[in-house]
Amino acid sequence: MTDYAPLSLHVPEPAVRPGGTPDFSNIRIPRAGQVARPEVDVDAEAIRDLAFSVIRVLNRDGEAVGPWAGSLSEDELLEGLRHMMTLRAFDARMQMAQRQGKTSFYMQHMGEEAVSCAFRKALKPGDMNFPTYRQAGLLIAGGYSLVEMACQIYSNTHDPLKGRQLPVMYSSREHGFFSISGNLATQYIQAVGWAMASAIKNDSKIAVGWIGDGATAESDFHAALVFASTYRAPVVLSIVNNQWAISTFQGIARGGSGTFAARGLGFGIPALRVDGNDYLAVHAVAQWACERARRNLGPTLIEHVTYRVGAHSTSDDPAGYRPKTESEAWPLGDPVIRLKNHLIVRGAWSEERHKQTEAEILDTVIAAQKEAESHGTLHSREHASARDMFEGVFSQMPPHLRRQRQEAGV
Amino acid sequence: MAQRTMIEAIRDAMDVMMSRDDDVVVFGEDVGYFGGVFRASQGLQAKYGKSRCFDTPISELGIVGAAVGMAAYGLKPCVEIQFADYMYPAYDQIVSEAARLRYRSNGQFTCSLVVRMPTGGGIFGGQTHSQSPEALFTHVCGIKTVVPSNPSDAKGLLIAAIEDPDPVIFLEPKRLYNGPFDGHHDRPVTPWSKHDLGEVADGHFAIPLGRAAIRRPGNAVTVLAYGTMVHVAASAVAETGVDAEIIDLRTLLPLDLDTIEASVKKTGRCVIVHEATLTSGFGAELCALVQARCFYHLEAPIARVAGWDTPYPHAQEWDYFPGPARLGRALIETLEA
Repeated sequence: MTDYAPLSLHVPEPAVRPGGTPDFSNIRIPRAGQVARPEVDVDAEAIRDLAFSVIRVLNRDGEAVGPWAGSLSEDELLEGLRHMMTLRAFDARMQMAQRQGKTSFYMQHMGEEAVSCAFRKALKPGDMNFPTYRQAGLLIAGGYSLVEMACQIYSNTHDPLKGRQLPVMYSSREHGFFSISGNLATQYIQAVGWAMASAIKNDSKIAVGWIGDGATAESDFHAALVFASTYRAPVVLSIVNNQWAISTFQGIARGGSGTFAARGLGFGIPALRVDGNDYLAVHAVAQWACERARRNLGPTLIEHVTYRVGAHSTSDDPAGYRPKTESEAWPLGDPVIRLKNHLIVRGAWSEERHKQTEAEILDTVIAAQKEAESHGTLHSREHASARDMFEGVFSQMPPHLRRQRQEAGV
Repeated sequence: MAQRTMIEAIRDAMDVMMSRDDDVVVFGEDVGYFGGVFRASQGLQAKYGKSRCFDTPISELGIVGAAVGMAAYGLKPCVEIQFADYMYPAYDQIVSEAARLRYRSNGQFTCSLVVRMPTGGGIFGGQTHSQSPEALFTHVCGIKTVVPSNPSDAKGLLIAAIEDPDPVIFLEPKRLYNGPFDGHHDRPVTPWSKHDLGEVADGHFAIPLGRAAIRRPGNAVTVLAYGTMVHVAASAVAETGVDAEIIDLRTLLPLDLDTIEASVKKTGRCVIVHEATLTSGFGAELCALVQARCFYHLEAPIARVAGWDTPYPHAQEWDYFPGPARLGRALIETLEA
């Protein structure tokens, strides 16, 4: 006989499932401007509360308020709005192209545009991102060609990656965008290694690692935090918490921890949470963290609190795992609309100019898409060649691959 | 020229490369201050500083993952996994990252990286200090796999591996660190100082990857071996008096198939020996290649002598280890077939 009741397993559940009424009342959101902005050389221990709060700049009236406001000029904000609108338009076109059978797969950013677009503006030439598949804003805000992106998605004859990679797994060394793996979390520790290399060489460049909420459960995440902490690597470790890992709500990866940012505290890494749908806040926090890295003060962990409005990819339907109207209930709003409203409040923008710009951007995106399609799409006769399949496995083709290529007759 | 143990030769190779190239960095568990559990990096931290030779947290994933990032930056990391048996947490970083980075980025990012790991048994290391996982690497596209059998090769091959623009897995048969072990565990250890290949040239020299060495010319049968088994084969051949040609593969991928083919066509018989477990071992690949290339020259079935398909045992180490007696029997059977 035992004095204890039988053990039982706890499996976390999201607050609501399909058919229920969306409920985000458990997400505590402070008013904009409320969270203090510490000096960049602050001790991690002194800002523990920032790992449990949310840094916000834009208030409900569209005003930029508080100590984190003012990191960008009006022109930069207008440019930022264009970047986000471009990303959204590009996503819409590519999503459609996938449905039309022009490629096998696509992943869109709807709702998360501010995270990568704003962060990019805190980086300098030579810095390196180690992204996941939902940070194409880093490329767009960095001036990468939409045509090359589309060619990669189509795996066509102009695909810079020669048809070897799944759509959206871009790579551009020149634009500070490390090759996307597709295996989750592997890039996080690599970002730390890259940053360590920069420090070993007494360079001035910094690295940024990117990861989703779900993938923080991988061992790579913990290895990255240990190494970043031990060697005080000049790296910014970004977590994009968009609430959903395909069909799995963030509570499964987070477990009993209050927030994902709190993971940094045990490693002595300053950890901040930021409103990921607030372009101004994302930029201000990114700049703060990058400044720490550049001054050799070590790593920073940032949790971007956002929401994945669309499906995980073209291969899943969110209606199967969350209420259809959940995205409308998301309390942090839409990043494009929030920045648009802010610029209108400042007198720098109008609904009319917004509509006009939307149309211009759509034209630009369609033109880029057409140009890319002139080089073929995945299933058109012209696509990346079979001969390219054998190249680049090694710097020089070893004899066994040469024989196989001959056998394949390409 | 100097007489060196295999550990000294490996240390010398890293020393030579660190002095020639500032981008070469060496790290791993216990590697920095202490110089590694086998002392391969002894003195390197004192000589080159803590930012080029350092200790890491106990995270094989972290060691290789960070090294991939460093290689993408442009450094040439030469990292140590304390025992090959501990490499599994790093396997994803090796297979999905290091091996494929050049391919998937179309050469924008490359991974000039060496992962050294002591391999093989013979030291009563049990399941967790004795494994020979080479086939888990040769099956992966985009990495090279090297297994030296002596100090001179270890130095020349490690220098070539560090200079190679692609990732290289460098498996060091730990039983050979201090002497050419011939499989007779009950006899006194021969030191490298009494062996020709314990003579190691000073300074920089590279042995190209992908070239085998014929250790003993012969006409009756070809023995394909690497690492410790090269010496076991020499001992088995001496004891049976078979006129075998012993080929030390040195690099498993890329493989020197031409040397193998020429030898088997000459002898008409082939025995393959490795310490790793039999099933799906590298011997299976060798066997397939030899029959495809030399089928009409073969006068006997190709024989494989390997570790039994069990975990590496502790007390039964010498029942498990494919020593000269087992190999000798296979040689005789192949000749009499």
